[in-house]
Amino acid sequence: MVELALPRHSQVKEGKTFPAPAGAKTVKTFKIYRWDPETGENPRVDSYDIDLDACGPMVLDALIKIKNEIDPSLTFRRSCREGICGSCSMNIAGGNTLACIKPIEECKGDVPIYPLPHMDVIKDLVPDLMKIWAQYESVEPWLQAETTAPSRERLQSPEEREKLDGLWECILCFSCSTGCPSYWWNSDRFLGPAILLQAYRWIADSRDESTGERLDNLEDPFRLYRCHTIMNCTRTCPKGLNPAKAIGEIKKLMVERR
Amino acid sequence: MSAVKNPMRSALGRVRHLGSAKEGVQHWWAQRLTALALVPLILWFVASLAYLAGADHAGFTGWLARPYNALLMIVLLAAGFHHAQLGLQVVIEDYVHREGCKLALLIVVKFAALLLALAGIFAVLKIAFGA
Repeated sequence: MVELALPRHSQVKEGKTFPAPAGAKTVKTFKIYRWDPETGENPRVDSYDIDLDACGPMVLDALIKIKNEIDPSLTFRRSCREGICGSCSMNIAGGNTLACIKPIEECKGDVPIYPLPHMDVIKDLVPDLMKIWAQYESVEPWLQAETTAPSRERLQSPEEREKLDGLWECILCFSCSTGCPSYWWNSDRFLGPAILLQAYRWIADSRDESTGERLDNLEDPFRLYRCHTIMNCTRTCPKGLNPAKAIGEIKKLMVERR
Repeated sequence: MSAVKNPMRSALGRVRHLGSAKEGVQHWWAQRLTALALVPLILWFVASLAYLAGADHAGFTGWLARPYNALLMIVLLAAGFHHAQLGLQVVIEDYVHREGCKLALLIVVKFAALLLALAGIFAVLKIAFGA
């Protein structure tokens, strides 16, 4: 549902300030959303002044530096630090992206960092992904074929394989889905761009034999047709993919099979 | 987020819920077809208004009574109101989440669009057939 104001207990207060060490020459301020479910307090935004000369180039480097050297209570997900695991997706300087491949120097002025928008928050920068993983499971993201498996691989021509390019690269960071207004308002029923791109990844796979059932499962005013081609998904994808196009392809197939 | 119905139900159970409605493509396709039709129709309508600028009542009704104009006007009214109610339905479904409220609004919009379209078409026919 559309919510124009945050509930009283979600309103963000000003938090603590951690100044840079004396003698730091290149200082950048990171304003980071903090919320601890165990304190019962409102969320707050803490300010950390970081000496960039003693920090790696990426936003994740700054977060790790804060956690290691300034405030070990700061909580965030991260793993591969090279844009392939999708763990460190968050809202940085107003856009959803991966902290590990977002250069600090791309952020003008102070750097505000929030969890992915419109998700329940577990703690600090960690959103609750239970529902979106269930949505992923609901599109049955695995090869479905009734033809008896050959003794080797199921074959695919290079042209057929090419149809999966731009789809298989998705790392499920959910930057797109959590940047989509339709997903904000209707995430209980709309599957969102990340899941629809994944659904199309199997629809487009020449080896899959369940295309019709997959389309049946998506043909719904909410699951698919809440997409109004707003394009935030494509604009924000840190991997440069185009979920809006994948959704458009699904819509075209829906018309084609009428 | 609003309070979750059936808090003990699994996340997958809640996502699958009642299953897919197996509809939506007709709505989507009709919205695009009417949009396509409205491009030339609106251009024709605006050009006609410009052409009729300054005309008196008899000038307007005389123009509208001509068969081609009456026909195009009826198509414009039908396509326009159909497109409008399809679009308003989407807006309501996007933003109104209380089931009763949503249903009431959808009924009002659909009936109003039908009534207004029929009233417009009736007026055109009345002028065209000179009653």
